[in-house]
Amino acid sequence: MAGETEAAPWVERGLRAALGTGVLGLIVLLWDLGVRGQWVLVFDIKMGYLPPPLDVARLTWDFAFGGVYDDAFSGTLWEHLWASTRRVLGGFALATALGVPLGVLMGRFRWVHAALDPAVNLFRPVPATAWVPLVLLIIGFGGQATIFLITLSAFFPILLNTVAAVREVPPRLVEAARMLGTRPAGVLLGVVVPAATSGIVSGLRIGLGLAWVILVLGEANGIDTGLGSMITLAREQVRTDRVVVGMIVIGMAGFLSDRALVHGLRLLFGRRPLVREA
Amino acid sequence: MSAPRPGAATPPATGPAPSLSRLTRHADAGRVLLEGVTKRYAARGAAGVDAVAGVDLEVAAGEFVAVVGASGCGKSTLLRILAGFEPATRGRVEVGGRPVTRPGPDRGVVFQDYGLFPWLTVAENVRFGLRQRRLPRGQRHRIAEEFIEVVGLTRFADRFPGELSGGMQQRVAIARVLANDPAVLLMDEPFGALDALTRTTMQHELRRLHRETGTTVLLVTHSIEEAVYLADRVVVMSGGAAHGVPGGIAEIVPVTLGEHRDVNAADFNELERRLSELVHAGHRPE
Ligand SMILES: Nc1ncnc2c1ncn2[C@@H]1O[C@H](COP(=O)(O)OP(=O)(O)O)[C@@H](O)[C@H]1O
Ligand SMILES: [Mg+2]
Repeated sequence: MAGETEAAPWVERGLRAALGTGVLGLIVLLWDLGVRGQWVLVFDIKMGYLPPPLDVARLTWDFAFGGVYDDAFSGTLWEHLWASTRRVLGGFALATALGVPLGVLMGRFRWVHAALDPAVNLFRPVPATAWVPLVLLIIGFGGQATIFLITLSAFFPILLNTVAAVREVPPRLVEAARMLGTRPAGVLLGVVVPAATSGIVSGLRIGLGLAWVILVLGEANGIDTGLGSMITLAREQVRTDRVVVGMIVIGMAGFLSDRALVHGLRLLFGRRPLVREA
Repeated sequence: MSAPRPGAATPPATGPAPSLSRLTRHADAGRVLLEGVTKRYAARGAAGVDAVAGVDLEVAAGEFVAVVGASGCGKSTLLRILAGFEPATRGRVEVGGRPVTRPGPDRGVVFQDYGLFPWLTVAENVRFGLRQRRLPRGQRHRIAEEFIEVVGLTRFADRFPGELSGGMQQRVAIARVLANDPAVLLMDEPFGALDALTRTTMQHELRRLHRETGTTVLLVTHSIEEAVYLADRVVVMSGGAAHGVPGGIAEIVPVTLGEHRDVNAADFNELERRLSELVHAGHRPE
């Protein structure tokens, strides 16, 4: 196992970065070799059908800035990204606004839990994919349906993580607040919520990640801007290279939005230890 | 020679201003009364066991009472009933002549595990109760500063509890309840988790604070020495569900050692020995 020897922190950090980059480099190298050699892997993966990494890099650049192929696809990344980001943020914000308060109440009050838990358990196992046909029938094609699916999917992890976090608040802290003269509403907002922040944030991160997953599903139908619709269109045109570019951009967007959430919260909380560092 | 010379060091402030005891409460506010108090915890299926039964105890305002006894005899249970965290199953529980129905700022509780809010600074922890009680901002800050100074943590006012040692955290917890000007201080093995040296320091400080504030103190402790050093009376409890009998008060021993107590003095040791025997007698199943 690595990391058992003592090293200066910057040496350790450098080694970690080198290791991580090395593995990424290896994956790209294998990808390139596989495409050239037309490897056929398990599951009958035909590597020969993939575009080589360099082509994908060139196409990604063109997608973002144009100037390479200059077709209808060139330079449209920002437009798609912006449309998708708005849907993701809209759905995520709605899921947060519903999931956190409901989760706090369910975690804290037995009666609220008793009232809502059966409904939650009934709806939660229904996957977003199974909602799609119904949503298309009762909402119709478009951005609304996408936002609805995102809200629905992000809601449950946010709710359940909040409930669990609230239930794990040490009773001692509630006792401390009460003996200091805190009223029930003050206990809820001043003690339970801050004490549960770490778990709530975990739920938000899972929810936000899921929002990007569901985005592709939602945008697959009847929408012409958005990263999901771009991928869907590329598949219909059998443009494997564009599909791969779309995948990369969505992956990056998901990664960056998680970083933005974490750093935003860090900025908000300052050095207040509300969130246990990962 | 008695006139202060210019440049001479001013005597260090040996203690806080006499404003510590704010006397906002009536003289009897710190009186504690337990009469025939029984607590039964519901057991699964079965009828349940009495953790404590038939406890009578009267504590005068300003008195310092220590509670000792083997673990499981119901010391914490009694304290939690007085705090209002749990209702008594039977009996009368009064503080300041009023029945206890819920926790309140007139009864400050100091826990063994401190119970500080980790996301608030020392100063914010101390101001917490004042804020809940809607005191004006200026007053909150002034009172908090005063009590942070009383426990000697002025330099650490902006630190978070996680950055402090156990002894310092317990000082914050004590400042936090004292800032609320409680009539009664309920302490459940407050120094149990501290090292011996810190523990001794904290005992001195608690003694000083008790004198300065005039608050009634009920201190549960494992240490008989601590009880004899601090208390006006020591309550010895015995029994407990583990012995098949409910916990209860076996004996109440007054400590007649005066103001200045020396843990090495013969009479101190004699009293310690006697209490130790009582505790162990209560521990043996009959
Ligand atoms: N919440 C509870 N539920 C059931 N039994 C309890 C509970 N709290 C305490 N007890 C029982 O009551 C008895 C007294 O406990 P406690 O007051 O904590 O004793 P002490 O503080 O003297 O060690 C013990 O037998 C304990 O197991
Ligand atoms: Mg106890």
